[in-house]
Amino acid sequence: MLLEINGLTGTPGGPFRLEVDAGECVVISGPSGIGKSLLLRMIADLDENEGSVLLSGASRNAMPAPQWRRQVTYVAAESGWWAANVREHMHPAQSALPFLSQLGLGEQLLDASVSQLSTGERQRLALIRAVIRKPRVLLLDEPTSALDEKTVLRVEALLKDLMASGTGIVMVTHNEQQAHRMATRRYHMTSGQLTEISA
Amino acid sequence: MTPINLTPADLAIASSLVLLCAVLSLILSLRVHRALLLAAVRMVVQLLLVGFVLRIVFQLSNPWVTLLVAAVMAGAATYEVGARQEHRLPAPWQFVTGGGATVLATVTITVLALTTALRPEPWYNSREALPLTGIILGNVMNAVSLSLDTFFNTIRRERAAIEARLALGSSRYGALRDVSAQAVRTALIPTINVMSAAGVITMPGIMTGQLLAGMDPVGAAKYQILLMFLIVGGNCLGAFAAVYFSIFRLTDHRDRLRLDLLRTR
Repeated sequence: MLLEINGLTGTPGGPFRLEVDAGECVVISGPSGIGKSLLLRMIADLDENEGSVLLSGASRNAMPAPQWRRQVTYVAAESGWWAANVREHMHPAQSALPFLSQLGLGEQLLDASVSQLSTGERQRLALIRAVIRKPRVLLLDEPTSALDEKTVLRVEALLKDLMASGTGIVMVTHNEQQAHRMATRRYHMTSGQLTEISA
Repeated sequence: MTPINLTPADLAIASSLVLLCAVLSLILSLRVHRALLLAAVRMVVQLLLVGFVLRIVFQLSNPWVTLLVAAVMAGAATYEVGARQEHRLPAPWQFVTGGGATVLATVTITVLALTTALRPEPWYNSREALPLTGIILGNVMNAVSLSLDTFFNTIRRERAAIEARLALGSSRYGALRDVSAQAVRTALIPTINVMSAAGVITMPGIMTGQLLAGMDPVGAAKYQILLMFLIVGGNCLGAFAAVYFSIFRLTDHRDRLRLDLLRTR
């Protein structure tokens, strides 16, 4: 098992139990404000939490938090940017090029100023920023909420490529069709607990 | 040296300027007359009181009395640093970050100055030690206050950016590097301005005082240069200490950003 979560408790409730195998996409849905984002943040260890979280059997608490987050990377619904230009967020910048074209973004965006990006561009660039760092698990919080249907499919194609190469994905989405297309396993979140539903 | 002795009449003439400002404020409804008059009265009472207290302290020439006065000054500075912050850590951390950084930097710099450049006889000679402590303390207090204000405001505004860096695997120090640099820079800008303008645009207070008291201008300049170096050192140390105490407090051992620990008044 790639990611094994047991007895995870924190602000959104719990204990939560969740397993993600390599190449799997686990989709979590549920009403707004129920704590789906907080659940992803807990898995990434960005908020206080308790419980056992293992990556390929290695305990999260046995490694420094930054090392954990480089392997289990959270991509927030609203991205934050710390430098003026897009390029400064991409390491290494060259590795972003193939993903830019795959997601329908021009190469010149690499040198664009963050403040001039549209919401949809930011959303895709924030995903690329995480993907080029090659995490083993991606925690995606509504990764396509600002995109048109055609672009949504491009993002999904990229995610399926990643899954084919062994990346595990946990995705929060309100888009029912997307859940159908992407999920290898589905959970419904109600206050403080996850219930498995048929994919 | 012929120190100037001011009569109450001299002060009364100068005080008419404050009254004039207050009257103007009334006429133009600037609504600052109350604060202005209150601050002026406070200033007069505080300075006269300090004058009388120092007269006694200088006569006693006792190290414990000198330390006690310095401790009271440090306590007041600690309170002032905390009082100006829009966002702050809950007590006791508010005092550790603000007051702790101020006192740490002031003590370090004052002891350094008293044991090397100034070397008064005896070392606790309050006529030298207390004014020096006061100058350093006042400046460091400003620097710490500015750095904390900038740090807390920026960290709140840039929360998404900081968390994005953490999520991508930065350590808490890496993720907060820009914010801390900004805070220290803001704290040092006034000092850099004062140094650049010293002598050309403004005549620093201590030098002015010594010139008025009849000291040789070059001697007064040297003394002022020493003080500026001490102030820069103190401000730098104080701002860094305040920012690093705050980072330590607003993050945890798992490199999480803990803004839930920050209070807004």
